[in-house]
Amino acid sequence: MVENLIFILLIFMLLGSLIALEAKDLLSSVVSIGAVGFVLSVIFLFLKAPDIAIVQVVVEILTLIILIRATISRDTLALEDEREFLPFGVIIILLLIFSAFSYKAIEFLPQLGVNLSKVAPHYLSMGLKETGASNIVSSVILDYRAYDTMGEATILFTALMGAAAILRRKAKR
Amino acid sequence: MIYILCFMLFMIGLYGICCKKNLVKIVLGFIIMDYAVNLFLILVGYKKDGIAPVLDRTMDVNKFAASSVDPLPQALVLTAIVIGLAVTALMVALCIRIYERYGTFDITKIKKLKG
Amino acid sequence: MKTPHLNPSASGGRQNAGMSEIVKTVCCLVEAFIFLFGCYIVLFGHLTPGGGFAGGVILAGSFVLITLAFGKERIEKIMPEGRSSFIESIGALLFLFTGWLGIYTGGIFFSNFIHQKFGSMNFKFLSSGTIPVCNIGIALKVMAGLFLVFFIMSTTRIILDGDKLKMVRKQKE
Repeated sequence: MVENLIFILLIFMLLGSLIALEAKDLLSSVVSIGAVGFVLSVIFLFLKAPDIAIVQVVVEILTLIILIRATISRDTLALEDEREFLPFGVIIILLLIFSAFSYKAIEFLPQLGVNLSKVAPHYLSMGLKETGASNIVSSVILDYRAYDTMGEATILFTALMGAAAILRRKAKR
Repeated sequence: MIYILCFMLFMIGLYGICCKKNLVKIVLGFIIMDYAVNLFLILVGYKKDGIAPVLDRTMDVNKFAASSVDPLPQALVLTAIVIGLAVTALMVALCIRIYERYGTFDITKIKKLKG
Repeated sequence: MKTPHLNPSASGGRQNAGMSEIVKTVCCLVEAFIFLFGCYIVLFGHLTPGGGFAGGVILAGSFVLITLAFGKERIEKIMPEGRSSFIESIGALLFLFTGWLGIYTGGIFFSNFIHQKFGSMNFKFLSSGTIPVCNIGIALKVMAGLFLVFFIMSTTRIILDGDKLKMVRKQKE
């Protein structure tokens, strides 16, 4: 039941992302990406991950605001769409070869719903006793794996400083 | 079967990066690849008829440990989504600067290497 | 599609006046609740789904809402650029200081020393040791960082200088 719902929503996501890439108007592309992100958040809710669904919704909203800021106040003329066939065809053939090899690799994955993790039962059964937190995901990111969270904070800091340094410029008189 | 659809979403994102002329469409390709990878990680950690990994006052710990979904991929994806937002902001900042310099988003016209 | 508020070549002076009356009224009613909701998600991160990252992005969203609805002058009084950068550094240092205290009290880096020394009651607000402290540190960092990038991205604008586009810092009018 849950798998069928996820299947239908994934097909919707595929169609939405194709529309986002092929639309002529930039505003339509940005709106389609917004729809794809919201459907992804619903899929996360069906996969029983409420933390991730909250983060996905709010991050999607901020992504839309930043993208609209970049695209809406520019007069983008329609780009001439001269397709040169040779590089385009070669890229498509290479992507198809990559897909064929990866299809063989996907067959090694277990079926959806079978979990082979060995460390998860330890976190789930001893999490409340060792850390005192009822939200097991919080105890994983801030107690068992806090070092990775520190690395993530560093990446966030660096990326945002890079964006601020690119955009900042003193006014020319 | 769902893994194959997830992989097709990844390939659509890769097609967007390789074959598109507009710079904003390339950024949209990166965003789509981001969604596909996060979805794949959460799909690996799903357990059939599972419950969310949040404890309640009335729950038995052993029954909870047997029927909850995996919390470890969720912890990894939580930080990955916020990092994706920061990298998107960086790419859009670059797009704004390129538009200021060249007046277009078309990558075949951005050829002058002189600063 | 050109909206008159974001058109870069409109007559100067009216550009940071914000949006229409409906948006301003709704924003006045709603911005305090968004801020309060963000604080709730951060502080109860160890009991319910949420945590530092989700709460930090929601708090950044509330400041972005004020900036979009009212313009730059309103947000300069509450959170100017210097203060936002300062809060981001404070958040990062708080997170690292908590980890260093783990070594100082005779354990490992990022050990949950409050929970191991004092113990705590389960399912209560004041439980699970250093996890709420780390959540607050991360939330401050994410909120200030994301708002700083959005603020810098919206204070530079492109003007038409002859037939060349130029990017200047907005003058304070």
